[in-house]
Amino acid sequence: MARRTPLFAIHQSAGARIVDFGGWDMPLQYGSLLAEHHAVRRAAGLFDVSHMCVVDLQGEGVRPFLLKLFANDVGKLTVPGKALYGCLLNERAGVIDDLIVYYLGEQWFRVVVNAGTRDKDLAWIRRHAEPYGLTVRERTDLAMLAVQGPEARARLAALLPPPLAERALALGAFFGAELGRWFIARTGYTGEDGFEVMVPAEDAEALWRSLVAAGVQPCGLGARDTLRLEAGMNLYGNDMDETTNPLESGLAWTVAMTTPRAFIGREALEAARARGLEHKLTGLVLEERGVLRSHQRVLAPGIGEGQITSGTFSPTLERSIALARIPIAAPDQVQVEVRGKLLAARVVKPPFVRHGKSLVG
Amino acid sequence: MSKVPSDLKYTRTHEWLRTLPDGIVEVGITDHAQHSLGDLVFVEVPEAGRTVTPGEPFAVVESVKAASDVYAPLSGEVTEGNGALAGAPETLNTDPYGAGWLARLRPSGALPALLSAAEYEKLTAEESD
Repeated sequence: MARRTPLFAIHQSAGARIVDFGGWDMPLQYGSLLAEHHAVRRAAGLFDVSHMCVVDLQGEGVRPFLLKLFANDVGKLTVPGKALYGCLLNERAGVIDDLIVYYLGEQWFRVVVNAGTRDKDLAWIRRHAEPYGLTVRERTDLAMLAVQGPEARARLAALLPPPLAERALALGAFFGAELGRWFIARTGYTGEDGFEVMVPAEDAEALWRSLVAAGVQPCGLGARDTLRLEAGMNLYGNDMDETTNPLESGLAWTVAMTTPRAFIGREALEAARARGLEHKLTGLVLEERGVLRSHQRVLAPGIGEGQITSGTFSPTLERSIALARIPIAAPDQVQVEVRGKLLAARVVKPPFVRHGKSLVG
Repeated sequence: MSKVPSDLKYTRTHEWLRTLPDGIVEVGITDHAQHSLGDLVFVEVPEAGRTVTPGEPFAVVESVKAASDVYAPLSGEVTEGNGALAGAPETLNTDPYGAGWLARLRPSGALPALLSAAEYEKLTAEESD
């Protein structure tokens, strides 16, 4: 039996097409996926992301614990409310999951991990937390909504009492704050400005209805995927997993190795770097008609081949784009095998779209 | 509820057929099919002159999320593919039984057994149970 978020009944009554995602019954789309996508790029869209797993880590040892467990450096988190994106690595430097860490206090960090990896993440965290004497609490009492798009912050702020609205609008990028009963963060997975809001489960339905009444478009997982891919953001399980390290997954920027900090996976990463990386994760833009899909072969003649890890039609660019893992020496022009034909694609550095604008020419 | 025009014939794989006055058969995908696929963004139609057999994939329709083959519903020769769809794949969503036709075929013999509108309607009702 799949799990359901506190907003499931709303999705069902809105006529959403429901699919299984990481063990959850989630809305794929409410009507037109393209319309949902464009609403986020042009105005504001609303996503139920309550399937994501919120875990509070509390105790005196929480910072040393994260310095060891998290491949990015929580030493960068000095101002309360600041968030940091990065990976949990295993000893072989394979990616166990990608996550956001919020610094809420010297004895309180909050992490948000993927739904499909919840069980193994919690097991990994609990196992390593034991010597640090931490309290590890999964916040199943919270629902999470993402409000994304150029008008998203104003639409959400309009629902808050004026003093809280002012504080919400003052949040810098990648900062969050507890405002009344809600935790509001200026984060997201779309390449647009916006908020992710954690609220007590019993508040979720009223908040959802208020935002929809304010003209914010409900969006499903379909648009979430096209938006994140245009924004050049990885999806765990597609673009990286335990068999790939962050350096060959476009995530080198999330691994902090300039200080001597001993984090899990560091030795394996250094060894991989010393051996020389063979692959890189990069963007592709299809130069012909067709649609790139995950697992299609990418050919760099004379050099080698790779594979698409995520592909889609880009509603903003009106052509197909992809993330692909290809030989590090691949040239700027490659071929992709699409349904038995070789089509020309251009290698580009993601993101493809940022704040509604094409970045790939 | 998706539309199922009573004057057309249907296949179990969600194609429709319309026999034109000159005996040519026009083929497309049903309203039910376009609705299940969602927003269509890419269409590949067969070229004129190609011969096909029943059940052979002869066109491709892709939505944002997925690619689907369209199967030839009869034996015959393609007389025309609807080239206008390449630049306007959304026509398959907005007018599946009209401007969204995929190909016209000249049958090489009698048509295979096909579903009536009532039978097709029953099939889609069972599928959505």
